[in-house]
Amino acid sequence: MIKAVMVMNTQGKPRLTKFYEFLVRKRQTQFSLFFFLPCLIRAENVSNFMEADSIFGPDSRLVYKHYATLYFVFVFDSSENELAMLDLIQVFVETLDKCFRNVCELDIVFNYSKLHTILDEIIFGGQVLETSSAEVMKVVEEISRQESASNSIGLVTKTVSGWRNR
Amino acid sequence: MGSQGGIGQSKEFLDLVKSIGEARSKAEEDRIVLGEIETLKRRLVEPGIPKRKMKEYIIRLVYIEMLGHDASFGYIHAVKMTHDDNLFLKRTGYLAVTLFLNEDHDLIILIVNTIQKDLKSDNFLIVCAALNAVCKLINEETIPAVLPQVVELLGHQKEAVRKKAIMALHRFHQKSPSSVSHLVSNFRKRLCDNDPGVMGATLCPLLDLINRDVSSFKDLVVSFVSILKQVAEHRLPKAYDYHQLPAPFIQIRLLKILALLGSGDKQSSEQMYTVVGDIFRKCDSSSNMGNAVIYQCICCVSSIHPNPKLLESAADQIARFLKSDSHNLKYLGIDALGRLIKLSPEIAEQHQLAVIDCLEDPDDTLKRKTFELLHKMTKSSNVEVIVDRMIDYMISINDNHYKTEIVSRCVELAEQFAPSNQWFIQTMNRVFEHAGDLVNIKVAHNLMRLIAEGFGEDDDTAYTHLRSSAVDSYLRIIGAPKLPSVFLQVICWVLGEYGTADGKYSASYITGKLCDVAEAYSNDETVKAYAVTALIKIYAFEIAAGRKVDILPECQSLIEELSASHSTDLQQRAYELQAVIALDAQAVENIMPSDASSKEIEIDKNLPFLNDHVERAIEKGAQPYIPESERSGFSNASYLNSQDLHDIPPSHGLRFEAYELPKQPSVPLTTPPISIGSSNELIAVPEPAYDRGNQAAVSVPSSSNSGPAEVKLRLDGVQKKWGRPTYSSSSPSPSAAPSQDTVNGLTVSNGATSVTPAISKGRETTYEPTRKSQVVEISPEKQKLAASLFGGSSKQERKSSLGGGHKTAAKPSGGHGAETSVKKMAVPAQQPPPPDLLDLGETTVATSGPLIDPFKQLEGLLDMVEPTSSTNNHGDVNATKVPDVMASFGDTATAVEHGGNHFSSIEDVDNLMSGLSSATTDVSSDGGIATPQSTAQISKGPNLKDALQKDALVRQMGVNPSSQNPNLFKDLLG
Repeated sequence: MIKAVMVMNTQGKPRLTKFYEFLVRKRQTQFSLFFFLPCLIRAENVSNFMEADSIFGPDSRLVYKHYATLYFVFVFDSSENELAMLDLIQVFVETLDKCFRNVCELDIVFNYSKLHTILDEIIFGGQVLETSSAEVMKVVEEISRQESASNSIGLVTKTVSGWRNR
Repeated sequence: MGSQGGIGQSKEFLDLVKSIGEARSKAEEDRIVLGEIETLKRRLVEPGIPKRKMKEYIIRLVYIEMLGHDASFGYIHAVKMTHDDNLFLKRTGYLAVTLFLNEDHDLIILIVNTIQKDLKSDNFLIVCAALNAVCKLINEETIPAVLPQVVELLGHQKEAVRKKAIMALHRFHQKSPSSVSHLVSNFRKRLCDNDPGVMGATLCPLLDLINRDVSSFKDLVVSFVSILKQVAEHRLPKAYDYHQLPAPFIQIRLLKILALLGSGDKQSSEQMYTVVGDIFRKCDSSSNMGNAVIYQCICCVSSIHPNPKLLESAADQIARFLKSDSHNLKYLGIDALGRLIKLSPEIAEQHQLAVIDCLEDPDDTLKRKTFELLHKMTKSSNVEVIVDRMIDYMISINDNHYKTEIVSRCVELAEQFAPSNQWFIQTMNRVFEHAGDLVNIKVAHNLMRLIAEGFGEDDDTAYTHLRSSAVDSYLRIIGAPKLPSVFLQVICWVLGEYGTADGKYSASYITGKLCDVAEAYSNDETVKAYAVTALIKIYAFEIAAGRKVDILPECQSLIEELSASHSTDLQQRAYELQAVIALDAQAVENIMPSDASSKEIEIDKNLPFLNDHVERAIEKGAQPYIPESERSGFSNASYLNSQDLHDIPPSHGLRFEAYELPKQPSVPLTTPPISIGSSNELIAVPEPAYDRGNQAAVSVPSSSNSGPAEVKLRLDGVQKKWGRPTYSSSSPSPSAAPSQDTVNGLTVSNGATSVTPAISKGRETTYEPTRKSQVVEISPEKQKLAASLFGGSSKQERKSSLGGGHKTAAKPSGGHGAETSVKKMAVPAQQPPPPDLLDLGETTVATSGPLIDPFKQLEGLLDMVEPTSSTNNHGDVNATKVPDVMASFGDTATAVEHGGNHFSSIEDVDNLMSGLSSATTDVSSDGGIATPQSTAQISKGPNLKDALQKDALVRQMGVNPSSQNPNLFKDLLG
């Protein structure tokens, strides 16, 4: 299963962390440090895989991909296929790109909950749920439509909130 | 900031994000975050916060939490937000709680009710949000609360909900398999769901279930195969394609399932052959995802009942991976090779060069994967090279975690396949020297035991040779700065035990070295203890041999220093040393028999040799010994084990009557006994302390056991070391070391001569459990060792192969110069890697059929090297004669000379080399095939020319695998 998803920028600042297996906070920060350093050291032309068992316990590895100012990192165990994970990052980024039109770091910083919504549609409980960015987009759009609807209704009065359930 | 699509984000939040983004140091960031935490704490307790404002606060909390700070003060607000009716707020609340809480958090109980309600909601988005929370937050105890609702959702009209419900059930299964065991039929039913997405999701729990119990799902093989067939044939809707590839994740999952189902089952496997073969053929090999599917196919093929045709296509794909430029593919190729190698070991031969390339690649991940592969491939014929490589790599890295892993692998391989004792000791020396702190202490003890007992040869001279070579190597190393503690312990022990055994080194030389060690590592008590014990042994052997012992001044000062040491253990050893020196040869011979460290010592728990002594004492009026179990007030024997013995008196209750006078103070106590028993305040007043001490001597065995020893040897507070609890647990203390027996012997004899009867019996009780535990502790270790070194049928096999294997292993060094020279002449590849790594046999000659044409071109060149075979034979002969690498090194020169004969009169190896490379250039320009390349270039990439060159090399050299690896070569040439 997938154990964690992280997005961080090249300065090592976390932009998104989601753990499918709970880790104590100290470990999370340690992980950020751990990952950031080798990324700087690692040369250009190397594989995108790394072993991560010093952080996530035995039998865990990570895959990372570098886009502009961001690193996308997926941590998973041996039951997943490394190369497939690498493409799952691609799916995630493609979807973000569709959602924000030329996604950049700022989008990710300021649309925290949307980011999670997208991720939840792709990975669910540590398993891959959907790999088609078009399908993910459909759901995400549906959610934001309903959310903004409920939001505007919620702004009017409390008494009409019963409409929502229709 | 046109991109900020979020609703209701205030300027405050934007400022926060911005200032954190601009923070230049971690400290500055922390300061900002702490300020933010204060603000939020203040704001959250304000009454009547508008909901949208609250939502923003919660997002800010999430942000703080992500930066690694504690936001637990706001968790409850996130929990409250999940109760909200508004979808937007509810989703925010759920998002926050899934990020904040783990499944065992106290607040979960407040959410379960909401989740239950939301799972029944009409709005499928709310249901999805609740299912998401279920995955993260529900633990084993709360599963029953939501299980019925989740199961109901399996029939939901929206396929997205069905999918997530299945995933949630899968999660339940992971957390508590028993909770969903009755739902297996539901999973089977969902496999036939008319939405392919739901079917794909169902594969996740099924994979886990099958992993647990293969046999009950055999009936599904047909279904899985037909699903996989349909998927592979593009029967699914276009929406499931990923870059024109049909549903790759579903294919991958199916292949994993098939691998499990087909493992060791010929009948099931046969059903799979066609479809797997189809995927191999059809799958798009240009994309990442396509390769991922192919890799999964290889895994499947290597797991199911082998099929030659499939194995062949798998091998082809592996070849493609390994030849690829992409490191990711190489990585998978190496991994796949490791899987396939179990089925067809010969496949490695084709890829040996690629494997070597990966080993020399700068990419760490790839390198480690390759070491994993080599680990799987290690045999007695290639262990030297592989372990050598591993150690080199181990030295070069800083990552302690991986270092530990690779060290344990080296040790494992060395112990398993060691071709010779010398090699083993040298290898272990290197390991200890560079990573001694990471080595399990047991490894050190094993090494000592090996040196003591040898490798099972019956030959006495082999023993002596082994030991003296160990002593030699340790004396060389001992001066090096900052050796790891474990290694020093081994060194001290070996020097003490065998330093003077062969008479090569004088006692004063060895003792001088030992004193240096004790001085140089003065803050490592364990090392000092080992050093002192080694000194005892050396002096004892000297005395026993009737030689005059003159103690070096530095040794004298060491003894003085240690006898005043804070460590009671060191003190005792120092006093023992003094006592031993004072004894005569006969006594010493009994205490410290020479070379008896590996002798079993029989323990007679009744200590019959003390019977006379006891009887005499009883005649004189001493109280008879009462066994521990029969004594009143001491029913709880564990008290005796515990360190705080002063807790015992209360169990007697207070004694108000005066203590009776000591009946026969058999031993005049010169010093107040500083025993644990009397270590409370009472010790300040001499009189009661004295009384108590005596009382204890009679009734409390564990405190009495030290009393007498104190009198003779003044071993203050010894029971701390000798008492049961500390004793058996402290492995660095000599307890686990083979030298222990002798040390014990010494102490026992002291006790025997000086102790009063009652007391000696006290000793007896405490002493024997210690001993017993010690024996138990050692024996499994010993058995293991025996199994890995002497025993077993597999061992026999290894030994027998050792002779043959040894030849091959030694050959590279023996025939090195000659072979290399020939190769260099023939083909302009300067650094072809060592084929013996992969145990390349003759077969390689026949490999690479399609490449035959270029070879013909080369044949002109080959004529030049006609004498090759003879040269190789020289190498061979030399190598077979000399099984030891070091020794054969000497022969290299001869071999080179043989080779050199074909080449004018170059004698010096270096000259030969340079001459050869120039020849190389000539040849290659003549042949017009390739230009000479630098070392670094050669190892890179699947350059066709390189491949040709290497293959040509292998072709010529095939019969005679040799090592031309640059590093190895360097080593050999010094």
